[in-house]
Amino acid sequence: MFVTLFLVLMGYIVYFNVVKSEKIINSPYNTRQDTFSDRVVRGSILDRNGEVLAKTEVAEDGSEMRTYPYGEVFAHVVGYDVNGKSGLESAENFDLLTSNAFFVERIIKEFQAKKNTGDSVVTTLDAKLQTTAYHALGDEKGAVVVMEADTGKILAMVSKPSFDPNSVEDNWEYLNADNEQSPLLNRAMQGAYAPGSIFKIVTALEYIREQPAYGAYTYDCYGEITYDGTTIPCFNHIAHGFQDLNTSFANSCNSSFANIGLSLDRKSYAKTCKQLLFNSKLPSVLDYRKSDFSLEETSTSAEVMMTAMGQGDTQVSPYHMALITSAVANGGKLMKPYLVSEVTNYTGTPVKKNKPSVYKELMTAEEASILTQYMTSVVTQGTGMELSGESYSVAGKTGTAEYGSDGQSHSWFVGFTNVEDPELVVSVIVEGNEMQTGGRAIPVAKAIMNAYYYE
Amino acid sequence: MVNIIVEFSKYLLIVLMTVYTYSCFSVFRYEYEEDRQQILLRQNKLMFSIQLIAYGVMYLKTEKTEIIFFYLAQVILFLAVIALYTILYPNVSRVVINNMCMLLSIGFIMILRLNTEKAIKQFIFVGISMIISLIVPVVIRKMKSLAEWTYIYAGVGLAALALVAVFAVTSGGAKLGFSVAGISIQPSEFVKISFVFFVAASLRKSTDFKNVVITTAIAAAHVLILVASTDLGAALILFVVYLIMLYVATKQPLYLAGGMLAGSGAAVIAYHLFRHIKVRVSVWKDPFATYETGGFQVAQSLFAIGTGGWLGMGLCQGSPESIPVAAEDFIFSAIVEELGLIFGLCLILVCVSCYIMFLNIAMQLRNRFYKLVALGLGTCYIFQVFLTIGGVTKFIPSTGVTLPLVSYGGSSILSTLIMFAIIQGLYILREDEEEIIERKKARQLRDERRREAFQKETRKRKTKKEESYKQRIR
Repeated sequence: MFVTLFLVLMGYIVYFNVVKSEKIINSPYNTRQDTFSDRVVRGSILDRNGEVLAKTEVAEDGSEMRTYPYGEVFAHVVGYDVNGKSGLESAENFDLLTSNAFFVERIIKEFQAKKNTGDSVVTTLDAKLQTTAYHALGDEKGAVVVMEADTGKILAMVSKPSFDPNSVEDNWEYLNADNEQSPLLNRAMQGAYAPGSIFKIVTALEYIREQPAYGAYTYDCYGEITYDGTTIPCFNHIAHGFQDLNTSFANSCNSSFANIGLSLDRKSYAKTCKQLLFNSKLPSVLDYRKSDFSLEETSTSAEVMMTAMGQGDTQVSPYHMALITSAVANGGKLMKPYLVSEVTNYTGTPVKKNKPSVYKELMTAEEASILTQYMTSVVTQGTGMELSGESYSVAGKTGTAEYGSDGQSHSWFVGFTNVEDPELVVSVIVEGNEMQTGGRAIPVAKAIMNAYYYE
Repeated sequence: MVNIIVEFSKYLLIVLMTVYTYSCFSVFRYEYEEDRQQILLRQNKLMFSIQLIAYGVMYLKTEKTEIIFFYLAQVILFLAVIALYTILYPNVSRVVINNMCMLLSIGFIMILRLNTEKAIKQFIFVGISMIISLIVPVVIRKMKSLAEWTYIYAGVGLAALALVAVFAVTSGGAKLGFSVAGISIQPSEFVKISFVFFVAASLRKSTDFKNVVITTAIAAAHVLILVASTDLGAALILFVVYLIMLYVATKQPLYLAGGMLAGSGAAVIAYHLFRHIKVRVSVWKDPFATYETGGFQVAQSLFAIGTGGWLGMGLCQGSPESIPVAAEDFIFSAIVEELGLIFGLCLILVCVSCYIMFLNIAMQLRNRFYKLVALGLGTCYIFQVFLTIGGVTKFIPSTGVTLPLVSYGGSSILSTLIMFAIIQGLYILREDEEEIIERKKARQLRDERRREAFQKETRKRKTKKEESYKQRIR
C-alpha cells in the first residue's frame, strides 16, 4: 500500500518538475536565479523582427549595464530588471539567465573563467505598432492592447503615463510616490475601469442566448428610460426612436439596453459573464487584475439597468476586453494569448518555441458571427463611423464610461480589422480628463490600424 | 576550472547513487550468500566514493580545511559502525545497515554544506546514538518479557506527551519538546516507539472487540494529546500506524474503513477548530498567495526543487540556505536543489527499500508480538518519509516532520536509530530461530546417522563374534 503511495508521490514530483516548475521558479519571490548572473550575462529581449528591446552591455572592466533602446515605449510590457523586476524581465528571468550557447564554447569560457551569454527571448511584440500606439495616446492616460485573433499573439501593449526603464532605479522613490499618475502601473493588465457601452457586447450575447427570437426585438427610444424610479438617459439625451437589437447596438442606445437588462435572467447573465472570464483567472504571464461582475438574483432593478449598459459595479481591464473581442473575432474560440514566440541562444539557434493553442471556447461560432454582424453595423452606420471608408474593414464597439460626480468619462474602443478573416484585435482606453469628452479612443485605434495597413 | 569539476562530479554522483539504488532492489533477487556479499561490499564502496566526491567538491568550492577533517571523521565513524555491527551481530541484515549509513551520510553532506556547526553536532548525535543502538539487539534477545508490559508502555508514552503539552516551549508554531542541560529533547520522537510496543503488546493478548475498544481509546488519547500540543505530524503518524497494526492484527477490513472514516471526520473538525491547521491548508493550496503569511517556506522549497531540476545545481552552487529550516524539515528540497531530482528520487527509493526489508522481516517473524512491532515501526518510518517529502513538494499540506536519518536533529536521529536497531534485533532473533531449527535438524540428522552407524557396528560385531565362535568350535 505504501509502495503505491510512493509511486504516486514520485509521479507527482516528476510531473511537478516537467510541467509546473518553470512557472513556479519564475515567481518574483524566487531570488535564486539571481545567483546565475554570477556566471551568465543576462540575455536580450527582442521584438518579432529582431529589434532589440532590452540588452545587457558589458563594459571593458566587466561591469554590466541593462539598456532599453526604446525607453518609455515598452516600459510596462518589457519591464525592468531591478527592484524586484517587472514585465517580461520578471516572467522570463529564468530563460534570460540560462545559457544554451554551443557547449564547446561554454566549456571554453568556463575554463577561461569568463561569463557565458544568456538566451534571447523573442517576443510577439511589434515595435512599429507599439511605437504608433504609444504616440497615438499622446499625453493622455490610458492603455492599448493589440493582438492577433487567430493566434493569440500580443503585438502591442502600451500603458500611459509611462516611465523610462533605463533610469528606474534612480527614480524609484519618485515613481512610487506618484499616486496621481501611478506610472509604474501597467494599466493594460491591471487597470480597473467601468466598461461603459463596450459591455453591451456581453449584454447582447446574453439576450441572444435567452431569446431565440432576438431578431424580433423592438424598442421605441425617447432618449431615456425610467423604471422603479430610476431614470437612465441615452448619451446626450438623443432619442433614437424605433430600434431593433442591431440598431440598439450600433447606436449604443442606453435606454434600449437597460430595457433588455430588465428582461434578463440574472443567474444566466452571471453564468455567461463567468464563461467570459469575469471574476476568474485570465490566461497571462504578466500580473493582471481579475475583472468584476457583481450582479446577483437579489440586485435591484436599478443595478440591473446600469449593469446592462456597462455602468454599475462592473470593472474590467483593457486586456480582458481584448480577449473577449478576440474570441468574437475568432469564431468564439479564445486563443491562449502569449508574448514570447521563442527562446533562442544568443546566436539565434532556437531553444524552445511557443505555438498557438486554443485556451477556451467563450461562445459558439454562431453567437460570435451575430455579434460580429452587430459590431460591423457600429462602424458602417453607428457610433464608430469614423473607422469606415478605409481599405480595410472594421467591426467594433465604442464606449463612454462615466466616473466621478462631474460627468468625467473614459473613452473605450474594442474591435477588429478585416472582418471576413479577422487580423488585428485592438482594445483602447483613454482615461477622462476635465477638458475633453467624446470618442477619443477611436483615433488611437485608427492610427494603429493605419500603421498596420498603410506603413 | 573548479566549475568544470563540480559540473562533472554532479553527473558522477547521480550515476553512483543510481547504481546504489538499483543494488538495493537487486539484492533481493540473489539466492546465494556469496553473490549477496559481493553486492553488499559494492554498496559500501559506492557509499564511500559518493562521500569522497561530495566532500572533495565542497572543499574545492569553499577551501575550508574543516571539511577534510569532517570527511575523515565520518569515514572512520561509518567504518566502525559497519565493522562493529558485523562483528557483534554476524546475523544482522547488512542491507539495512548499508541503507542506514547511506542515508546518514547524505544527511551529513547536506548539513555540512548548510551549516558546519550543525554538522558537527549531528556527528556527535550519530556517534552517541550508534553506541546506544548497538545495545538494543542484545536487549531484545535477553528480555523475554517485553510483550507483557502493555500498560507500562502506554503510561510512559502518555505521561511524556502530557508533560510536553503542559510544559514545553513552543517552537515553529508547535509545542515539541524541552531543554535539559542545553540539549533539547522531543519526547514525541520516542513515544512513537513506546506507542508501537503498546499496541503490539495489547493486540497480541487478544483481538476481541472489548480489547480493541480499550486499545483504541488509549491510542486515541496519544493522538489527541499530540493534536492539542499542535504536533500534527506525529499525531498523524501514530494514527496511521495504529490503523495498519489493528488491521494486520485483526484482519478486519471494517476496522480499517471505520478508522479512515473517523480520521477524515476528525480532520475536518480539527480544520475548523485550530487556526494553525487552516494556515497549513491555505499555504498548501497556494503558497504564493500566502507568501507573506507563512507560504514562504513551501514556496522557497518549490523554488529550490524547481531550480534544481533533474540534475541539480551542483554542491555549493545553489542557495538552499534560503529555505527556512533547510537542515531539518526541508532537507529534501535542499538535496534536490543541489544534487538533482534524480538523486532525490533515488533517495526516496532507498527509503522504500528499507521499508520493504522491514516488511520482509515482519512477514517471517513467527512471534505475533515481534511481528506487530516490526510492522508498526516500519510503517512509522515510511509514513514519516511520506509526510516530509510530500509536504515539501506540496503534494500534501506540510506537517513539519523530519526526514528520518537525513534531517538534522538529535531526538530524531536517536529514535530512528533505535527503531532500526529494534528491527535488526528482531531480524537477528529470526535468524537465530532459524539457526536453532537448522541446528536441531542437523542434530537429528547426526543422531540418526550415529544410530545407524551404531547398529551397523553392532551387527558387524555380532557376525564377527559368531564367526570367531564358529571357528573356535571347529
